[in-house]
Amino acid sequence: MPDMENTPKRVVAPKQPAYPIEHFVADAEDTPVVATDSATTDDAPRSQWSEAWRNLRRQPLFILSGILILAVIFVALFPGIFTNEPPNENCLLANSGGGPAPGHPLGFTQQGCDVLSRVVYGTQSSLMVGMFSTLGVLLIGGAIGAIAGFYGGWIDAILARLGDIFFALPLILGAIVVVQLPFFRENRSVWTLVVILVTFGWPQIARITRASVISVRNADFVTAARSLGVSRFSALLKHVIPNALAPVIVITTISLGTFIVAESTLSFLGIGLPPDVMSWGNDIFSAEPTVRTNPMPLFWPALALSLTVLSFIMLGDALRDALDPKARKR
Amino acid sequence: MRLARISKVVGVALTATLALSACGGSGEDAASNTDRPIVVDGVEPQNPLIPTSTNEVGGGAVVDLIFSGLVSYDADGVSQNEMAESIETEDAQNYTITLAEGKTFTNGEPVTAQSFVDAWNYGAAAKNAQLSSYFFESIEGYDEVSAEGSELEEMSGLTVVDERTFTVALSQPESDWPLRLGYSAFSPLPEVAFEDFEAFGENPIGNGPYKFAAEGAWEHNQQIALVPNEDYDGPQAAQNAGVTFKMYQNGSTAYQDLISDNLDVLKTVPTSDVQNFKNDLDDRWLESPYAGNQTISIPYYLENWDGEDGKLRRQAISMAIDREEITTVIFNNGRTPATEFTAPVLEGYNDSLPGSENLEFNPERAVELWEEAEAIEPYDDSEPLTIAYNADAGDHRTWVEAVVNGLKNNLDIEVSGLPFSTFAELRTNATDKTLTGAIRTGWQADYPSLYNFLGPIHATGAGSNDSVYENPEFDQALSDGLAADSVEAGAEAMNKAQEMLLEDLPSIPLWYQVAQGGWSQNVDNVEFGWNGVPLYNAITTK
Amino acid sequence: MSWYIIRRVLQLIPVFIGATLLVYFLVFSLPGDPTAAICGERGCTPAVEAALREQYNLDQPFWVQYFLFIKGVLTFDLGVNFAGREIATIIAEVFPTTARLAIMALVFEAVFGILFGLIAGLRKGKIFDSTILVVSLVVIAVPIFVLGFLMQFIVGVKLGWASPTVSGAAPFNELILPAVVLGLVSFAYVLRLTRTSIIENVNADYVRTATAKGLSRRRVVTVHILRNSMIPVITFLGADLGALMGGAIVTEGIFNVNGVGNTLYRAVLNGEAPVVVAIVTVLILIFCIANLVVDLLYAWLDPRIRYA
Repeated sequence: MPDMENTPKRVVAPKQPAYPIEHFVADAEDTPVVATDSATTDDAPRSQWSEAWRNLRRQPLFILSGILILAVIFVALFPGIFTNEPPNENCLLANSGGGPAPGHPLGFTQQGCDVLSRVVYGTQSSLMVGMFSTLGVLLIGGAIGAIAGFYGGWIDAILARLGDIFFALPLILGAIVVVQLPFFRENRSVWTLVVILVTFGWPQIARITRASVISVRNADFVTAARSLGVSRFSALLKHVIPNALAPVIVITTISLGTFIVAESTLSFLGIGLPPDVMSWGNDIFSAEPTVRTNPMPLFWPALALSLTVLSFIMLGDALRDALDPKARKR
Repeated sequence: MRLARISKVVGVALTATLALSACGGSGEDAASNTDRPIVVDGVEPQNPLIPTSTNEVGGGAVVDLIFSGLVSYDADGVSQNEMAESIETEDAQNYTITLAEGKTFTNGEPVTAQSFVDAWNYGAAAKNAQLSSYFFESIEGYDEVSAEGSELEEMSGLTVVDERTFTVALSQPESDWPLRLGYSAFSPLPEVAFEDFEAFGENPIGNGPYKFAAEGAWEHNQQIALVPNEDYDGPQAAQNAGVTFKMYQNGSTAYQDLISDNLDVLKTVPTSDVQNFKNDLDDRWLESPYAGNQTISIPYYLENWDGEDGKLRRQAISMAIDREEITTVIFNNGRTPATEFTAPVLEGYNDSLPGSENLEFNPERAVELWEEAEAIEPYDDSEPLTIAYNADAGDHRTWVEAVVNGLKNNLDIEVSGLPFSTFAELRTNATDKTLTGAIRTGWQADYPSLYNFLGPIHATGAGSNDSVYENPEFDQALSDGLAADSVEAGAEAMNKAQEMLLEDLPSIPLWYQVAQGGWSQNVDNVEFGWNGVPLYNAITTK
Repeated sequence: MSWYIIRRVLQLIPVFIGATLLVYFLVFSLPGDPTAAICGERGCTPAVEAALREQYNLDQPFWVQYFLFIKGVLTFDLGVNFAGREIATIIAEVFPTTARLAIMALVFEAVFGILFGLIAGLRKGKIFDSTILVVSLVVIAVPIFVLGFLMQFIVGVKLGWASPTVSGAAPFNELILPAVVLGLVSFAYVLRLTRTSIIENVNADYVRTATAKGLSRRRVVTVHILRNSMIPVITFLGADLGALMGGAIVTEGIFNVNGVGNTLYRAVLNGEAPVVVAIVTVLILIFCIANLVVDLLYAWLDPRIRYA
């Protein structure tokens, strides 16, 4: 089973000292040719995925982002450890807009709720909206985009046009309709939002994946793999997708943040989570009217959201680096 | 008490403005500015500008300026003659209306008795599908012309006597009927309107203090430019060179234009700037109570809220809401706590009716009442109380959340806000009686009368009776009030009817509306009327 | 190539039918009775409601309503909205404004996104790269309705550099601020996409080949690295045009732009199916064309991609 070690890439980049090239290279730092070329071929061939994992483990970026993400998940699972205030209770207007007080280190919202408690308890809904929506669009959009791009022809025509139709539907219209479906009307929750965001969000990932796959599918190493008898589907899975992932990872990691924020914007437009579901988006929306007089209730959930997005962006960067055989450093 | 305080604030703000304008402002600037029309905030009208099909504030503000009915209301809501010379009756059921001489539409056509009768018939007939048709419901023959599928065009109660006189027969005596005549639906229409209503609604020809600046002055979603109507001689004559309504999609945007002097008058400071406007505008703002209120209605078809235990729970809910605190903190005094079901600016308003203690914050008593109700019939926990509101407009979320938190804290029951995506969905649920909890309600007066706050909302079978309240005694008290031979006697009967509401609480009054408005550095003499709308004609440029 | 284009244009027909059908069905299943929206807080009498339903065909079953709409489209008569205005007039009024706004936003996000992404990619891990990461985080984490209001307040009101709202004619200079706000989130996407693509390509063989040939660094970067990094970026931008045109609800609301997003939003809230479908139809046309152009650009950017 041929893998990246045997692709034509290596043939084009002959194994020779980097120094002669140095004469022509303006900035060695920007084009770390040495790093690539110093790869040895002594190791037993590994699949690209396990190779990536091996690389990933060693990256400080991955370790840092991993710790951050685990921390956020921990807060989401066990919010009670981080605050003594019970969720959604003890909101006293007497405390409205108050600054930090003993037991309330982050102050109070306009409704007099404890900001720390809301941010901590909001983690779960926000993280769920972000992660499951992202996962959903990645699975649906990624699969449809990859198949459309790789196979082309009438399969591409059908799938791409299907994406066009969904892309054309106004999110707000779909959201209002979905929200009132009998199933969702009874218990409007995070899942309602996930369904809405996935239904109307997958075409974007699909288009990006399709483009990326199209640009990779004709690469020499794919042709080589195919000529060595690898089946089309196997070539798609083993050779095309790993090399087409970079843009998809970028879009996905950013989308994670925009999905969490989308919940806030939907609240602004009148269709978000109900006010008694605690989430960062709901908090940001509720804090908007007082942003000029008391910006802190908006700042804290936004900061939590930024840190979460940051950790996923770093994770994405690390993953991309690990998957990229060209930029690989040993 | 609270009202007095707020009026004083307005007073101070106004005097300060006058004082400032007296000493400030250079002569040259003022001269060049006075021929400039004032720019005020508006909302794109949702219907053609025909008085009987205008049922929302956006179109209403424009229609009120370009049409004049028989009477209009002054700043305090007192009727003053416009087209009418006299409105006479002996039995509160048959009215003889005489028009003033020499009134014309802006196309030169005289305003005659026929102009009124034709307009009213047009407005009432079902086949014309006019949104405000129910305003004519008191007139004899309305039931026939307004029946579904009816092809009739004329109400039998309207008779033209001569050019300047017509008579109106009502189907029952109603002493406050003349009060209603200042509402825009009762405006006259010129003959040209009946030729092509579509074209007329786009370029209306009226008889009010203002008229369209030109054909096509309505630039949709952008502005409507009005100039003074020179032929108008009435109590609302224009003191400026015109009024331009600039259309806004949301209040915050209009507010930003106001504080950068791109807008002259803003009639409602948006919730998002309620905490800032007093600083931003120095003394160029006012708070002026007007005839409107906010309530929550709990339908009687809900098991928990019906019967004797339901009544006790309603009272408990009402006493567990700290109106004072919410109006202070959330609205920055932009509302005043309610003490009954109408509004303080109205003739006959009484803030200490028997039973008004049910609207006072009393958490201990609330808990007691709740427990009394529990003793009669336990509360069904499987259907916790919700307060439904529409999330697409009107900014109800913040106060609903404050009320919900208050109820949770003071009664220790499960309560939550229930947002509906669209206004249509909320209303459809209310009309179809499929609500699962309370609903936010409220009323803005069409005409300055106590009855307007009671009949359309709480009378058996009334159009806006969302709580489906049915109380024959209350209905009788309303009829007595309408049949009374004077407005004062009528008000007394209405307040008797209110005592029943205060006991039963079909809806729970929360607070009265207060207009919070502001103006730019370029205008003076801004005052708001009894209905919370600026008196546009009185505003001057400087 | 031309056969490919013809085929793509023909594919518009099923997309048109599918999308209009779906959108019409969604509006049809909107909760609440549209007459309730027309009648407002006060409501109307049942007789008036019945008359309104008849007037706007709301009493007809779904298929009849849809058929009437399609018939209207084919005879170039889109009908009127609930306010009695010609839908065709409304479309002619709002699309030019929104097109200007969307294109300006697109240019903003493309120019600055690619430029900053390029620099960040070439100097991965340096101070510029980190700064720009923080900026994108802010843009992603703060919703547009907050950013928009803040920028309007600071730039428009406090500094007075621009009018806080856009007037009816929507001239170029008044649209700059809204365009920037509108393009901000997409700017973050373009930036990170470009940066990643650059990093991917900086070590590619053809870059070394080009460098080895003795080409100047500028030429290597602009012609070889950038051009080959553009496919995902172009794809994103192409799809984004449609989103910017139809989805600018919040931005248009904040800056009072009389555009497509808000007209669509209000029509959805009021349940005005013909307006919603008419606007969506135009939007479909726009981004199907945009997508076609993008697909053709692939072949230009990467000669290995061929269309038959």
